[in-house]
Amino acid sequence: MDGSEPKRYGRGLFLATVAAGLTSLAWGKPVWSRVSAALSPAEGLIPFVPTSGWRIYTVSGSMPSFDPATWRLNVGGLVEEELVLSHRELLALPRVTQVSDFHCVTGWTVKDVHWTGVRITDIFAKVKPTPEANGLQFVSAEKPYLDYLTMEQALLHDVMLAYAMNGEPLAREHGAPLRLVIPEMYGYKNVKWLSQINLVPEAQPGYWEYLGYDRDAWVGRSNGYHS
Amino acid sequence: MSWVRRFSRTERTLHWVNAAGFFLLLVTGLILYLPRLSILVGRRPTVKDIHFWGGVGWIAALVLVALLGDRRGLLRTARDLERLQPSRLNVGQKINAILTAAFALLFLASGLLLHFGEQDTRFRWASTVVLHDGLLYASLVLLTGHLYLALIHPATRHSLRGMTTGKVSEDWARRHYPRWFQP
Repeated sequence: MDGSEPKRYGRGLFLATVAAGLTSLAWGKPVWSRVSAALSPAEGLIPFVPTSGWRIYTVSGSMPSFDPATWRLNVGGLVEEELVLSHRELLALPRVTQVSDFHCVTGWTVKDVHWTGVRITDIFAKVKPTPEANGLQFVSAEKPYLDYLTMEQALLHDVMLAYAMNGEPLAREHGAPLRLVIPEMYGYKNVKWLSQINLVPEAQPGYWEYLGYDRDAWVGRSNGYHS
Repeated sequence: MSWVRRFSRTERTLHWVNAAGFFLLLVTGLILYLPRLSILVGRRPTVKDIHFWGGVGWIAALVLVALLGDRRGLLRTARDLERLQPSRLNVGQKINAILTAAFALLFLASGLLLHFGEQDTRFRWASTVVLHDGLLYASLVLLTGHLYLALIHPATRHSLRGMTTGKVSEDWARRHYPRWFQP
């Protein structure tokens, strides 16, 4: 021992760590986006993020299961002809594909998701909505989840009913066999396990909107975010 | 064999309450975080409740142990942690303890923001989830090193006795912590 008072770095380390953590609330997401973009070429080699960026959110105790033999999509409400689609009939509809980002309102994003499915206009061609129909109700097989879009929102060019993701049939946790995809809105509008679509006079608050979320869930300009 | 007391009852209680709370939150957190585990376990609302109230209970229990235990002894330990040089704890152990305490505070802050942000946009920050996840990864790195040294590494695993019974052998203490133990 040389007798000199040792340096007191402990408190500094504690405060610096807490400060870095708290300030990361301002810079964490942009920095993480850059890091994950830099790491993405190595995806598969380095299991850096074991979730591939997804988190699976459910509101009930178990996820609905899918049986191709018995599954049906019912489309009704303010339509000229009600429609009951089997899984085989769904797959026989005109197929479209798109690549879009998926944003969750809690802050995470999955980039470049490859979706395959059908456009809502192809469903409309079969059911013929009446002039009074200004909204769509999307009902999930996971009770009591449902949500709404206005007619204008549902007809955005990149809205689809997706039955495949990244070249594979939609996995159970992603809403098999069919989910709504509306990339311009946060994930809670992208209803999973679709079992019914009803044409209604106007859009109403959905599951999360009853709990305080915005009805028009535009990415970056709703739910308290201003990008 | 002669023994020397290394950790007080309060310090040991604090350590094991912290460990128990951390593992409860780690398990429930991984079920919420990893899709495969989410699917396997299901019952997300219940797991979410256990995770949130487990987190609140974890911090509350740590505060209670500190308040009801040997506060003067804990203050002495805190002052010792200030000096990043070997004493009763080596430098690595001190850094581990300091980071663990800072991470607990940040886990609590980001966890509360995630919980209340679900109901109120004033508490909703896009980076909160990045912070909570980042803390998980950083904690796992610390935990892996800590468990290796406490359970596996032959030269250091004797220290586990200090954290269970409170005492370590004088011979071991003399070899590993000469600045603390000099009979």
